Amino acid sequence: MHDRKSPEKVETPPDKPDNMEVRPLKKPKDAGALTRETQAKIGQQLRAYYDGLVEPTPDRFVDLLRQLDKPTGKGSSE
Amino acid sequence: MNTIDPALRDTMLGAVPSLRAFAISLCGNVDRADDLVQETLLRALANIDSFQPGTNMSAWLFTILRNLFRSEYRKRRREVEDSDGSYAETLKSQPEQTGHVEFEEFRKALEHLPQDQREALILVGASGFSYEEAAEICGCAVGTIKSRVNRARTRLAQLLSIESLNDFGPDVTTRAVLAGNDR
Repeated sequence: MHDRKSPEKVETPPDKPDNMEVRPLKKPKDAGALTRETQAKIGQQLRAYYDGLVEPTPDRFVDLLRQLDKPTGKGSSE
Repeated sequence: MNTIDPALRDTMLGAVPSLRAFAISLCGNVDRADDLVQETLLRALANIDSFQPGTNMSAWLFTILRNLFRSEYRKRRREVEDSDGSYAETLKSQPEQTGHVEFEEFRKALEHLPQDQREALILVGASGFSYEEAAEICGCAVGTIKSRVNRARTRLAQLLSIESLNDFGPDVTTRAVLAGNDR
């Protein structure tokens, strides 16, 4: 009983159709089994979620950047 | 020395809403997200010279924010996870969602995704970046982003039971089609 390691003479590649144990080597099951419809649905929900988080820029950030606009003083010319 | 080209400043400001949404989706807390955005802007201003005019300001800011979040996340890891409650409360002006339940469900499902997958999915699927841009933001290969996005979608589909998965084998054609399909 040899382990399959022995590199003695390997001529026939082990990919006969009836060799079932070749299959689990790669399992891209998670890599793209979704239909376009499902992808679209997820995309929709994702955008709805994200859009729900988008708000106008809070003042603190506007102020922050404006302040740096004016090198002299505190830039309170509003 | 703190002057900034007004055009650049406006571009930065224009990027804030989406940047902030990204931050909220990363840390699940509006206050922390705002701190993160603020730090990002300060960091950006301090390094404005390293920004190359003509390149994507948004992507640049997202990169900074993501890196900040990553390093902060590593530090805070233990004390965090104040998830659901505070998040819902701090999210004040959320627009009326037609399906609020669906929205909540989606948010929770999103939280279940590994960080890598979540950010990839959001960048590509919501923030409007290309796979290439997302790869740059995350500092990884384009193929990595693609597979993260795919895994994220698949996981979300499971979590939301949108569809029971077909048990596809290693079908190269299908994968190629899907990979080339969006954007």
